[in-house]
Amino acid sequence: MNSMKHETVPGKNTAHHVKIFTLSTCGWCKKTKELLKSLDVAYEYVDVDKLSGEDYTEASEEVKKYNPHRTYPTIVIDQGKHVILGFKDKEIKEKLR
Amino acid sequence: MADRQPIIEAMKRNAQKNGYYLCPDQQLFNDLIDGLATNTGRYGYGSCPCRVASGLKKYDVDIICPCEYRDADVDEYGMCYCGLFVNEKVKNDPSLLGPIPERRPQEVIDVALSAAEQKPNVPDVITNHSKKEKKTEGVKIWRCTVCGYLCARELPPPICPICKAKAERFEVFTIT
Repeated sequence: MNSMKHETVPGKNTAHHVKIFTLSTCGWCKKTKELLKSLDVAYEYVDVDKLSGEDYTEASEEVKKYNPHRTYPTIVIDQGKHVILGFKDKEIKEKLR
Repeated sequence: MADRQPIIEAMKRNAQKNGYYLCPDQQLFNDLIDGLATNTGRYGYGSCPCRVASGLKKYDVDIICPCEYRDADVDEYGMCYCGLFVNEKVKNDPSLLGPIPERRPQEVIDVALSAAEQKPNVPDVITNHSKKEKKTEGVKIWRCTVCGYLCARELPPPICPICKAKAERFEVFTIT
């Protein structure tokens, strides 16, 4: 299911590359998506729980690289320059200002 | 997706029985219930909506809601990992809701997810991985002085789930 990978959400704020790893079932992941939307930040997201097989393994390994505990949401800014674990709204706003 | 209503009822009963409250952020509450309903439909059991499940029940039992980390997390942070269960303080001030550290041990996560990824030649540690060894050393046993109920956790429960006596009626129980 490659179509599930890397959904792109457009936004006017493109100063940073933002990729978030999320679970479709998680309320905090949803809050994170809504916050980015409200900040008009362009971002990519991967709902890891919707993946299977190789896609899942690949995404899971990528999360592990940034966050060995593999918790969600994992917010990766500028290819790992900043990694925010969990819905830390103040930190997200600060880094993406 | 499984039905929401039975899940809501079960969680409500569980919270009342244990002296907890359900998530005071209505939107978050609804999202968490949706997540539990989705997971119940998907896996056949309601694993934590905010954790990645392996899909193999024997590796996910510790994160089936209410998860086995809930009591310790509510004791320490006023809320469980996903925020479905909270204490009175957080119920009265939802702004205290926020991300808390993952208490589920790293090695448990790794074993569960390796099993899910069906890694070839997974060593016996994984195939023989019966439930991980519980860290029981140093965990206190609390006794309800009203009805005799016993439980093992860091702090006494807010209320006795059996007789509803308050936390102050609990004493540390020692086997001599």
